[in-house]
Amino acid sequence: MALLLKGGRVVDEAAGIDAVLDIVVKDGLIVGVGEDLTIERGETVECAEKVILPGLADIHVHLRDPGQEYKETIASGTRAAAHGGFTAVACMANTDPVCDSGSNVRFVVERAAATGVVRVYPIGAVTAGQAGEQLAEIGDMIAEGAVAFSDDGRGIQSAGMVRVAMDYIKRFGAPYVAHCEDASLAAGGVVNEGVVSTRMGLPGQPAEAEETMVARDIALAALTGCRLHLAHLSTAGSIDLVRAAKARGVDVTCEVTPHHLFLDEDALTTYDTNLKMNPPLRTPEDREALVAGLLDGTIDAIATDHAPHAPHEKELEFELAPPGTTGLETALSLVNTHLVAAGVLGWPAVSLLMCHGPRAALGLPEMRLEAGYPADITIVDPEARVEVTPEWFVSKSRNSAFVGASLLGKASDVLVGGVWALRKGKVVG
Amino acid sequence: MGFSEKAEVMDAEAIDRALTRIAHEILEANKGCGDVALAGIMTRGVDMASRLAERIERIEGTAVPVGSLDISFYRDDVSIRLSPEVHTTDIPYPVEGRTIVLVDDVLYTGRTIRAAMDAIMDYGRPAAIQLAVLVDRGHRELPIRADFVGKNVPTARRERVKVLLEELDGREAVVILEDDGKGE
Amino acid sequence: MLTSRHIMTMDDLSPEEIALILDTAESFSEVNQRRIKKLPTLRGRTVVNLFFEPSTRTRTSFEIAAKRLSADGINFSASASATAKGETLRDTAKTLAAMSCDLVVVRHKYAGAPQMLAEAMDCSIVNGGDGVHEHPTQALLDLYTMRQALGRLEGLRVGIVGDVCHSRVAGSLVPALRKVGAVPIIVGPPTLMPARPDILGAEVAYDLDEVLPTLDVAYLLRVQFERAARMPFPSNREYATLYGMNLARLEKLPAHAIVMHPGPMNRGVEISADVADSARSVILGQVESGVAVRMAVMYLLLGGADSGAAA
Repeated sequence: MALLLKGGRVVDEAAGIDAVLDIVVKDGLIVGVGEDLTIERGETVECAEKVILPGLADIHVHLRDPGQEYKETIASGTRAAAHGGFTAVACMANTDPVCDSGSNVRFVVERAAATGVVRVYPIGAVTAGQAGEQLAEIGDMIAEGAVAFSDDGRGIQSAGMVRVAMDYIKRFGAPYVAHCEDASLAAGGVVNEGVVSTRMGLPGQPAEAEETMVARDIALAALTGCRLHLAHLSTAGSIDLVRAAKARGVDVTCEVTPHHLFLDEDALTTYDTNLKMNPPLRTPEDREALVAGLLDGTIDAIATDHAPHAPHEKELEFELAPPGTTGLETALSLVNTHLVAAGVLGWPAVSLLMCHGPRAALGLPEMRLEAGYPADITIVDPEARVEVTPEWFVSKSRNSAFVGASLLGKASDVLVGGVWALRKGKVVG
Repeated sequence: MGFSEKAEVMDAEAIDRALTRIAHEILEANKGCGDVALAGIMTRGVDMASRLAERIERIEGTAVPVGSLDISFYRDDVSIRLSPEVHTTDIPYPVEGRTIVLVDDVLYTGRTIRAAMDAIMDYGRPAAIQLAVLVDRGHRELPIRADFVGKNVPTARRERVKVLLEELDGREAVVILEDDGKGE
Repeated sequence: MLTSRHIMTMDDLSPEEIALILDTAESFSEVNQRRIKKLPTLRGRTVVNLFFEPSTRTRTSFEIAAKRLSADGINFSASASATAKGETLRDTAKTLAAMSCDLVVVRHKYAGAPQMLAEAMDCSIVNGGDGVHEHPTQALLDLYTMRQALGRLEGLRVGIVGDVCHSRVAGSLVPALRKVGAVPIIVGPPTLMPARPDILGAEVAYDLDEVLPTLDVAYLLRVQFERAARMPFPSNREYATLYGMNLARLEKLPAHAIVMHPGPMNRGVEISADVADSARSVILGQVESGVAVRMAVMYLLLGGADSGAAA
């Protein structure tokens, strides 16, 4: 059985394509991309007015499985991913138990194979229990399928520990993914230190809590030669540090989240815990610097830091509620609304920032809209209207910073290895 | 509310005569003014109380103590409306054992007087409480009557009785106001 | 009448409303001098003191205020451990709402708790101090005390000295002073300053001795050791040397100037015992004003609550 995607605008910056073309899929692979293609038997999907992208990858999600299945599971999280247009996710290690051993990685891989609808790439912990004290069994985890290593959620405070970790990880070719937050500077801050912390009487953490660790980890990456990927950068200073490091030839990549791109601390007019993030929402100037970083190539990836939490956890006092927003389902619509439709950047750039950039950063398999590649394809209806309500989400959790937003553009269909994960806006399976 | 003046029921002279008569009646009823103290109810009752005190002193040669009473906090309709402005109560004499003459301009439902009696009681236990008003317009909702009345003025409920005093209003009169139908 | 149903921050009050509260408090002050210190005003109304943080003076002050107005006062001391037991603040709010109370005074360790309660409840909320954010009734009683002692508020220069960044008192007092036309000056070591003092609209000074001769009020804040992540100055001794109010510093104040402190005091740290007990100190006056001001707040929030039902 073949599948013909007919007449969509096919955009793939890595393949150098941006044209109205047909795509033929057979046996899970793309077998043809060109004009006026036909198939003898099989399904034809009319894609006029649609944008067809190589399968998007979100390299920073929290699937909460195992241990916090009330927030999200691999089953529900991968469905949320498909709903948002992603064909692959990389999931963080701060589960319960922490994903710090080969068997825990294998659990995720097997559970994803059994229950997931998109590809799942586990990120292993750097240190045992993410305690920051002793290396986890990196080699074992690599053998079971871990693609990168991170103590995301807290960040390793000891520079010496990071040095050892980077030295060790380097031999496997995987990246060290850094959550940059100097705890002694962040000092329990729950919002950006500055106007909002002063006005709302909330403890703030300064931009420098992030930037000092970005600088430190860049220096250590240069020292050790380990690949460094910086997660969820949020400040202008961090982007400047990465820009300078890349210019020096340091092997560093970085990501930013939609919430840091499209929200800033001025959104905090009430104590809405869905706006509590870590790193916190920063200033409008920081936000502008992030967009500039997208445009000049300093930033490699948009990743959501999808962080599902249950209502009873978010309905706490601002200082007690856990940080984070869900992100998988709103990211593409936000990018279209605020960047593409707004004329800031085009779909070719989106193919870099949401497919090729993130895949390269974590060394995930490359996906191109070319014959011979797996049929991991995201089809976008750029004119679809999305009213973000709590009920609209496929994720188990609804703690989105964007509830109430009216967005433009939505993934309509998603193919993973030639199999529909999303069809006409509905998750399949 | 839109009210227009319907009739003047007392002029300056009538008010003056009525107050003088009330002063005499207070002295007569209490056989002098030895234990008498006046308590004017905010705001017009306060001015009337001082006028009564002047007259009593003129007649009797002794000064009676005068206090002022704000009953905002004792109203039974606090939940319905707040007094726009709260004044401070000033009772500069011990209430215990005295005869307190409450002074107000208009006696209507009796609720203000009920509140004023409660207020006075919070200062001590008077020997007696009496009530002097310039105008009694009827329509009582509580079993309260005045001991000293300047003038009984039959009114309809939709009407209002207003006492105008020189020191507050620049005119001395008691007038009946009527809803002019123009609404609020 | 106040336009806001709640007093959660000083933003809820206009300058005219602040004046109304202070004037009304003056009437209640008179009541507090009487032998029978009780009014029937709020009979049948229920006032809940919801305290998630231990507090003696504020809770007692609200409690006395409610009792003097004949409201039924209920103390609900929820340790923040309710949260640990799994009951969220919202649950607590809904539980209280089901008991239909008229006014909730809330004291909480964390900023924003009054706003969360207001979202879940249909009654008036008075912020009795939320985290390091605001404590509006304290600011109101401070204004009242200043007006009593100095006869005016407009143009007063008020030095707010010490642990500004951990002080909800300063959080409300600075905007309150601005609203009534007074001039707040925050004075302390940079380690105890908020991140962006400029947005508060207060003058900032680091040298207390330079500022003292220009002040009408020296307002000493309690150093909140328990809230600081790490010791913000080398020693109590050095703090007292640089920022403590003592007799020598009292001499530097203009003759009419007064000394205030929200309590409880760290005697010997931010204020010396002889200053605290001196004639220039109005610290006990603040406590006394607290009851009258809180009576005024309750009266103005609950009185007329059903306006429109009848005229």
